[in-house]
Amino acid sequence: MKALDRKLLRDLAGMKGQVAAIVLVIAAGLATFVMSLTMIEALKRSREAYYERYRFGHVFASMKRAPRSLAERIAEIPGVARVETRIVVEVSLRVAGMNEPAVGRLISVPELGEPVLNRLHLRRGRQIERGRGEAIVSEAFAEAHGLTPGDGLHAVVNGKFQKLTVAGVAISPEYVFQIGGAGIFPDDERFGVLWVGYEELAAAFDMLEAFNDLSLQRMPGSSEEEIIRQLDRLTEPYGGLGAYGRRDQVSDRYLSDELAQLRVMATAAPSIFLGIAAFLLQIVVSRLVASQREQIAMLKAFGYTSAAIARHYLMFAGVIVILGATAGVCGGAWLGRSLTHIYADYYRFPTLDYRLDAWVAAAALGIGLAAGLGAVLTAVRRAVALPPAEAMQPEPPPAFRTALVERAGLGRLLSPVTRMMLRQIERRPVKSLLTVVGIALAVAVLVLGNSMKDAIGYLIERQTAVLQREDLTVTLVEPRSDRAARELRRLPGVLHLEPFRTVPVRLRSGHRSRLLALSGVPPDSELVRFPRAGAGFLEIPQEGGMILSAKLGEVLELGLGESVEVEVLEGKRPRFRLHVAGFSEDLTGLAAHMDLGALNRIMKEGPAVSGARMRVDAAALEGVYGKLRGMPFVAGVEIKTAAIRKFRETMEESLLTMQAFNIFFATVIAFGVVYNSARVAFAERNHELATLRVLGFTRGETGWILVGELFLLTVLAVPLGWMLGWVFVVLSARGMDTEFYRIPAVVYPSTYAVATFVTLAAAGLSGCAVFGRVRKLDMIGALKCRD
Amino acid sequence: MHPVSGPYSQSDDAPVGSPERIQVLSVRAVSRVYRMGEIEVIALGGVDLDVFEGEFIVLLGPSGSGKSTLLNVLGGLDRPTQGRVIYRGVDLGGFSEAGLTRFRRRHVGFVFQFYNLLPSLTARENVALVTEIADTAMAPGDALELVGLGHRMDHFPSQLSGGEQQRVAIARAVVKRPDVLLADEPTGALDVVTGITVLEVLAHANRQLGATTVVITHNAVIAGMADRVVHLSGGTISRIESNATRMDAQELSW
Repeated sequence: MKALDRKLLRDLAGMKGQVAAIVLVIAAGLATFVMSLTMIEALKRSREAYYERYRFGHVFASMKRAPRSLAERIAEIPGVARVETRIVVEVSLRVAGMNEPAVGRLISVPELGEPVLNRLHLRRGRQIERGRGEAIVSEAFAEAHGLTPGDGLHAVVNGKFQKLTVAGVAISPEYVFQIGGAGIFPDDERFGVLWVGYEELAAAFDMLEAFNDLSLQRMPGSSEEEIIRQLDRLTEPYGGLGAYGRRDQVSDRYLSDELAQLRVMATAAPSIFLGIAAFLLQIVVSRLVASQREQIAMLKAFGYTSAAIARHYLMFAGVIVILGATAGVCGGAWLGRSLTHIYADYYRFPTLDYRLDAWVAAAALGIGLAAGLGAVLTAVRRAVALPPAEAMQPEPPPAFRTALVERAGLGRLLSPVTRMMLRQIERRPVKSLLTVVGIALAVAVLVLGNSMKDAIGYLIERQTAVLQREDLTVTLVEPRSDRAARELRRLPGVLHLEPFRTVPVRLRSGHRSRLLALSGVPPDSELVRFPRAGAGFLEIPQEGGMILSAKLGEVLELGLGESVEVEVLEGKRPRFRLHVAGFSEDLTGLAAHMDLGALNRIMKEGPAVSGARMRVDAAALEGVYGKLRGMPFVAGVEIKTAAIRKFRETMEESLLTMQAFNIFFATVIAFGVVYNSARVAFAERNHELATLRVLGFTRGETGWILVGELFLLTVLAVPLGWMLGWVFVVLSARGMDTEFYRIPAVVYPSTYAVATFVTLAAAGLSGCAVFGRVRKLDMIGALKCRD
Repeated sequence: MHPVSGPYSQSDDAPVGSPERIQVLSVRAVSRVYRMGEIEVIALGGVDLDVFEGEFIVLLGPSGSGKSTLLNVLGGLDRPTQGRVIYRGVDLGGFSEAGLTRFRRRHVGFVFQFYNLLPSLTARENVALVTEIADTAMAPGDALELVGLGHRMDHFPSQLSGGEQQRVAIARAVVKRPDVLLADEPTGALDVVTGITVLEVLAHANRQLGATTVVITHNAVIAGMADRVVHLSGGTISRIESNATRMDAQELSW
């Protein structure tokens, strides 16, 4: 081994504490990078394999009732490869052990053989047999209720209970996430998918030789838009509700959004971590070059080339990066594999395809090297530019001036040691600033790491206590006159009731469109409110005009006062234009609301309602459930507290797992930054400190120079960290902004407090470590050696 | 042998002081001005000097007299502001930075007042640092034997006394059999006894290896060891003395 390489290794060994801290930060950054990236790739591959193998449809459409012969005409649309027609109905389910009614989506499957598209992956049991009242139950619903093959449950079909026996438990690519009814989030307890034989379902719902739902696969290269257009034309006479592609298929969309959010984390966290690692490398290597000024000069005097010296110091950074990258890639792959398993269970994928691609490892190493070598470039350039003759002279005493505080006339209040400390900070403002920024970044990462909980808490609080204030939401099987509402109002324990009308529509603005439910709500609604940007709430205009979710406005590229084409997809299917009267800053889903009366007028109907929101006396809730279950015109009941609980669970499962890693790594960073800053400060001032000790200063006074500086810089860094943290939170909230929910940029004071506490604790421990060195300072040695 | 091409011939047996002495280094009208903020410091103000093969020269003068600057200019560590430095007929002024680096690597050995050993390397490794980039080097162990440290080769600088460290530095300077050996206050940080040992080693290297040696000191006593003593003051050469006989380092005392 070359002597210079030996020096490299010994220098590294001599700084092992600092080297380890940087290696750890790099490893943390690259581990999150590798973990997220491999996990996203694995989930995507597994999803593709799942979709491919179980023939997930490309285009979906629902209608009122169409004859089976229509399928042949649909198959003739150019570009259509396969068509699957079926009956899909939603019914009220009664499951043993559950008081509240659940919503069941019954989907017909052929009695013999498998469906052409959207095939099932049987987890347990068997396929159904003809004419035996059997059903295959979705695994999520089965697990939520402990249903196994042979168990029974009841569906309310045409007002009568009908028994279904569980033949098998399955998963389907169409329902990776089971979102149904009025819900925006998967609720496996209250919403389940059941596959039953076509003939039985057709008989029960008067759909023999007919269907009301279809799905198709198109040929590669065909135009989805064109197929949807033709499909809409063919299904319109049969009450078509508008065809849509996978982009608008709820389960796929939800899954894609989740993967997109993982991607935000995959890029945001590593960038921050690597930025901090680069910063640490920069201070350590700068310090190294400064302290080895004379060694560099000697090497040059003996004829070492600039390239050899540059290589030497770049290698220093390189070795650290390679160590960090190796640990990061291995750790990331391990975490990625574990997390992929967790997610795959959560998504219920039938197969899992995890691997660490060579390109991911190479990218991690490349990014690490780029960040690390980029960071030390200035220091290395300084080493190279050092003229050998000048470097042979001892470094001239650094130029100091009186500190700002002293110039302000407060100098007399300060001890000489404190003055030294302040002048030191002021003399090297860039370095002091960098240290402040480094500590601030640690605070910021901690703020970001903990903010997700705040956001979820705020979202729930805001959406449920402020915007949707009902206890129960009842949906009716069919729109009815407002007599139904009055009937519900009379139920004992109902304190307040507001009817609503929902109409399936397609909103069009230019080439952009969305399928959704247009809701009519009564004026001065107490239960539904529309927050305006800033503060306060919007009023529902009496004369028509809609209030849209701000996100919907963004999706449709609509401005205030602009008009939207509304295609109603039920009844006489009227088309009209409505203007946008306001944007509601709601946090979940895409919603369009208007005045109930105005909606009834446009629909040319009487005072019809589709359901009602109500506030119920808590003591009477049980009774109300019981009554609702007995009402044949009730399709579903959503209980808000249950929905909240479910939402929290969902969010925690999917987002907080990743978040936990970030918090752990953020703590590592806080320690890494503060410890390194303290060690560098100590190394730089070794001499000065020894001199002070020789002159008779106590250990405490001497230590104060270091610890005091660290303390002062940390105190300056904390508010900056709060601000940076807020910026990170806002940026990541933007990345988490989906059509299903908007993660608000919210940070509670407790989160700032925790971040501050962890950073101060890190600073305190680092201070203690450095203080221990002051105690052991070799006074004579430090003065003899000319460093 | 000496890749620096030029009209020079090498004669190993030309006696010191004889008229056919070969010029190793020639300094012609060299000045060096440093700019420090708004003031100009004239470190050297028009110096002429010839250094001959195998010679042992002592540069003597108070601090600030320009000794170190002259030494740095001779060794290609620094460039003169004006004037020429000629090494065996070749003007160093025509060299690029890389050329100067090659010149130092092949022909010059340095000894510094504060030794400048790499603390993370052992004595042997410090010497090996040079042998690894030189073409005509002896083994690091031999160089350390030459300075009497054969038994402490695997010690780190922190385990060596000041005198021993300086001897390692000398071993490091001579290991590549340099044409020119330059020492800046090699005894400056040492006590008398240790200083004498170090000077002995230098003189030994000069005689044994034939390296042209220039030593800076502000200690006039050392002048007795030299073939010639160059006195500097205020950036110019005030006088040059020749010693008829060189004293042995053992005979010196201060």
